[in-house]
Amino acid sequence: MRLNELSSKTSQWFSAEAPLSDIVISSRIRLARNLAGHKFISKCSDDEKQEILNTLKETILSLKILGDIFFVDISHGSVVERDLLVERQLISRNLAAGKGPRGVVIADNELFSAQINEEDHLRLSTLSAGLNLDKCWRRINEIDDAISEKIKYAFSSKYGFLTACPTNLGTGIRVSVMLHLPGLKMTEQLKQLFEAAKDMSLTVRGLFGEGTEAVGDFFQISNQVTLGICEEKIVEQFMTLIIPKIVEYERLARQNLITKDINILDDKISRALAVLKNAKLISSHEAMFLLSNLRMGVNMGRLKEIPIETINELFLLTQPAHLQMNKGQNLDTEQRDILRAETLRAKLN
Amino acid sequence: MQCEICKNKAATVHLTEIVDGARTESHLCQACAEKEGISIKSQLSLNELLSSLIAAHQQTDGQDTGEIQKSCPICGITMDMFRKQAVLGCPNDYEVFGKTLEQLIEKAHDGNCVHKGKVPANIPQQEVLNIAGNTDKADEKEELKRRLEEAVTSEKYELAAKLRDQLKTMQ
Repeated sequence: MRLNELSSKTSQWFSAEAPLSDIVISSRIRLARNLAGHKFISKCSDDEKQEILNTLKETILSLKILGDIFFVDISHGSVVERDLLVERQLISRNLAAGKGPRGVVIADNELFSAQINEEDHLRLSTLSAGLNLDKCWRRINEIDDAISEKIKYAFSSKYGFLTACPTNLGTGIRVSVMLHLPGLKMTEQLKQLFEAAKDMSLTVRGLFGEGTEAVGDFFQISNQVTLGICEEKIVEQFMTLIIPKIVEYERLARQNLITKDINILDDKISRALAVLKNAKLISSHEAMFLLSNLRMGVNMGRLKEIPIETINELFLLTQPAHLQMNKGQNLDTEQRDILRAETLRAKLN
Repeated sequence: MQCEICKNKAATVHLTEIVDGARTESHLCQACAEKEGISIKSQLSLNELLSSLIAAHQQTDGQDTGEIQKSCPICGITMDMFRKQAVLGCPNDYEVFGKTLEQLIEKAHDGNCVHKGKVPANIPQQEVLNIAGNTDKADEKEELKRRLEEAVTSEKYELAAKLRDQLKTMQ
């Protein structure tokens, strides 16, 4: 396992040098696939799950088009190792907390992952920094083609790719974009965003997805409809319509804050920096919240002395599993809060 | 129904509380509910959406098709089990519970019920030709019109509005 190598560096998807990366953190495309001739996961015995895991693992590891490839056995990993992969967006909480034989193939410098035996047999995913969905789509489409030449997917001419949950049916595609929206939050316009999103059949979730509250003004927006519309069309809608519109509103909100509420804004940013530079104990929730304010300060040109790369790096390094992995031991909550504060002071002072 | 607090606006928030086995119901308007500190989730998660769709179907579906009693010969799942766990047991379920699932699928996917998009490499050409994504525009329009009429007759106005907009963009 090479997880300890991962934990000390920033994920590529958190790069500052990408299209619209002051607002759009990352783009992700996921495809849900199942093997023909097998039951879905909820009805599989452990032996069947093992068989599916072996088939898919071998198929994907043998692909010539994937670079820097390795497999992580989730059923035998420790809790910290699983959490590390969740924090780096390489596996879902669902896979981490699942039962029986399951695992993940990681490649392309963490920009590609294939979760095996999650809700579906196979969940492919490509990531990219900034707004880069067409690149994600080209890559995942190519990998999906290569896999489908070697194995047979469960597919019907009427319903397309057959998935365990009918909400993923058809293309099995989930297009997600992670956004940093402190401007809309401060100007109290998030409710309108949520309502508009709902009207367009889009889902909005907090960072680190699936049902958790938004921490630090990070939101993930994704499509709900997967049937009756082709993949390219969904990607195009996100690239040309949905995301540019939200980015425009966020920029407008930020502009308004600068012209109308500059003192409140600067106060927020300065207080965040003061706490992060001096705290002796800090929870991950508070750190995330304050780092979000710093990120806003840097991207709005209000805070010049800290490079954006440092802040992006700290978002990951201060997460619970990252702290423990880098320390090389399990830590309780208080020990983590101390180490988190130390890490922040060391990087920001 | 009127809001119980302001007695003015229509009650849109219906809260059922069960405390020590005693059940109380309150019916409030959005503004009063917010004042009372009841947070209203404006965004349904996918699972909640699915569960609510399944629940909405519970009374109406399956009765005339007999699907309600069926169990899949391959995975053994019944519609009742699907309602509880929101995932199916095997690909064959889409055949076994075809009619019941189709209504549900249509609701979950904005009225769509036929795949358009990618076809895996090893599917025979003949099957590919049957896929609706490859039909021409005229057929597609007819299908939309048919579904629009259906939606209006069954008073599904939200769906009807969406279909109408789709038709407009095609013309």
